[in-house]
Amino acid sequence: MTDIQLWTLIFAVLTFGLYIVVAYRSRVSDTAGFYVAGGGIPAPANGAAIAADWMSAASFISLAGIVAFAGNGYGGSVYLMGWTGGYVLLALLLAPYLRKFGKYTIPDFVGDRYNETARMVAVLAAIVVSFVYVAGQMAGVGVVFTRFLGVSTTWGVIIGMAIVFFYAVLGGMKGITWTQVTQYTVLIIAYLIPAVAVSSKVTGVAMPQIGFGKILDELNGLQADLGLNSYTEAFTQTSMANMILITAALMFGTAGLPHVIVRFYTAKSVRAARFSALWALFFIALLYTTAPSVASFTKLNIINELGGPEGIPLADVPSWFTTWADVGLITQAGEAAAPIADLPPDSIITFNDVAINNDIIVLASPEIGGLPAPIVGLVAAGALAAALSTASGLLLVISSSIANDVYYKKINPQATEARQLLVGRIAMAGAIVVAGYLGINPPGFVAQVVALAFGLAAASFFPVLVLGIFWKGCTAKGAMWGMIVGLAFTFAYMIWTIPIYGGSEGILGIPPTGIGTIGMLINFLVTFLVSKVTEKPSAEMQELVEEIRYPGRTTLVQAHAQGKDLH
Amino acid sequence: MDDRQRQEYWRRNLRLMAVLLVFWALVSFGAGILFVDALNSISFIGFPLGFWFAQQGSPIVFVILIGIYVWRMDKLDAEFGIDEYDSEVHHP
Repeated sequence: MTDIQLWTLIFAVLTFGLYIVVAYRSRVSDTAGFYVAGGGIPAPANGAAIAADWMSAASFISLAGIVAFAGNGYGGSVYLMGWTGGYVLLALLLAPYLRKFGKYTIPDFVGDRYNETARMVAVLAAIVVSFVYVAGQMAGVGVVFTRFLGVSTTWGVIIGMAIVFFYAVLGGMKGITWTQVTQYTVLIIAYLIPAVAVSSKVTGVAMPQIGFGKILDELNGLQADLGLNSYTEAFTQTSMANMILITAALMFGTAGLPHVIVRFYTAKSVRAARFSALWALFFIALLYTTAPSVASFTKLNIINELGGPEGIPLADVPSWFTTWADVGLITQAGEAAAPIADLPPDSIITFNDVAINNDIIVLASPEIGGLPAPIVGLVAAGALAAALSTASGLLLVISSSIANDVYYKKINPQATEARQLLVGRIAMAGAIVVAGYLGINPPGFVAQVVALAFGLAAASFFPVLVLGIFWKGCTAKGAMWGMIVGLAFTFAYMIWTIPIYGGSEGILGIPPTGIGTIGMLINFLVTFLVSKVTEKPSAEMQELVEEIRYPGRTTLVQAHAQGKDLH
Repeated sequence: MDDRQRQEYWRRNLRLMAVLLVFWALVSFGAGILFVDALNSISFIGFPLGFWFAQQGSPIVFVILIGIYVWRMDKLDAEFGIDEYDSEVHHP
């Protein structure tokens, strides 16, 4: 066992033990605890939980690499702006009002505000989006175990499933929330320490957010010497129109994702929901402002370690290069991605001759920056925390959609509290097994679909939720047709244009990741027009919509929560 | 709150939202994308300014915008005498 493996094992065991202790201390015995942690989570803790819920294996492991390589610097900004800007929309347009409404799930809001057909469309959308996401998380757990501990992917996923099973089935939302608070702490420490260390080492400035301004000229210069586009220049990778469309799809999609929205139900009050959004974005921004600096520092280090524009003899490459080339994450450049080992041993290589996988920027940055083995182990534990916390939040959405929206609302409305809780736990256990299976045998299209899920969420949930709150005249038929047309249009365009299915150029060169913005506008338009020509919601429903605008105690919201039908 | 107070509360809430959303769009779609080339000719602590807005400024301004929202809404609630947060619905 190498030093890195030993330290990874130590940190993995320590953090997993911590999660189990935290989960055991916050186990629950009622449905309110299971679905929304009893609505009693303080705002800073709720914010940290939202941040951990939101920042997945993709944010932790891949984001910096996507900015550095796929986006060549500026092009990666769509993710940085899109995935943080959505929280402004959540805070101002959704969080306080959904909290005031006071139910368990997003389909609950859609069903109660509109009708039962709309509820079922929402259940289906929530479950599909969540499963696609969770498969990616489980696969991420497997990847970290394989690369750092030499365990097989299958065993890695099974260990991850066992941990999530323990705290999600036992503690429901309450167990998940307090575990996520712990996981946020682990992941942010693991992300910041190497970033601060590398920034101090290269520039003498400890804050990576400031430090990376000092190396951009050097990086641009090196890229020019290598014949690459400038790192900071705009629109070298993506046109202005597509930058806008993709950024908007990610922003509005963020504000429409069920596993994020549901977290505002766990806040103590409307006021606490507002503060939760503030804390959440603050905690997220800590990582999201660090990621672009990790991207540029690591890219600079990699180019320099590979001999800059002159290149380096293959015999003299640094040890991290050999390690990652051995597992196939560094290959020769070009379509074939031939192994490095196929090159003649006396060849000289530069940065241009190799293709480096996005995922290794963060996992390898401590090694590339020459930091000691314990820090590498800590980063691995952080990646596990990011993957597990997001997986558990998504599993809860699946479980509550099945147990609350399908079983309790549709199949057995007379179910006792204990019975609902049991169904919730069984649904959770079933979802974990399916997610684990998908993690071990990931369908080829997961990576694409995860990115596309934002477009689908933007085109389906966002308009229906916002209009449901801000426009009393929005009708059930309007919402239903808006969702169906928005979703169908976006889905069809994606199938038509993504490479593995249609691969068509599309209209005006709009990429599948950006089409959600157009789908959302269509949804808004259809919902508006159909609402105008259909029968207005009942007077009581309109009064309910009025009441959720004001914090504090109001009569109809109270009556509705106790089961009064307002349609 | 009576009906007139409700209208006033909601009107001021909407106005605050509108102002904050204008800034939200200005820093991201404006400074980060539409005007990025022009801003890149300005240097800010080592960064081309447009690039800085796209990778650093936008997330930072977003946090500040939500901070202002939370602070102003607290003041608005206080002005209208809303303090019964604990009696809001708690999932029966």
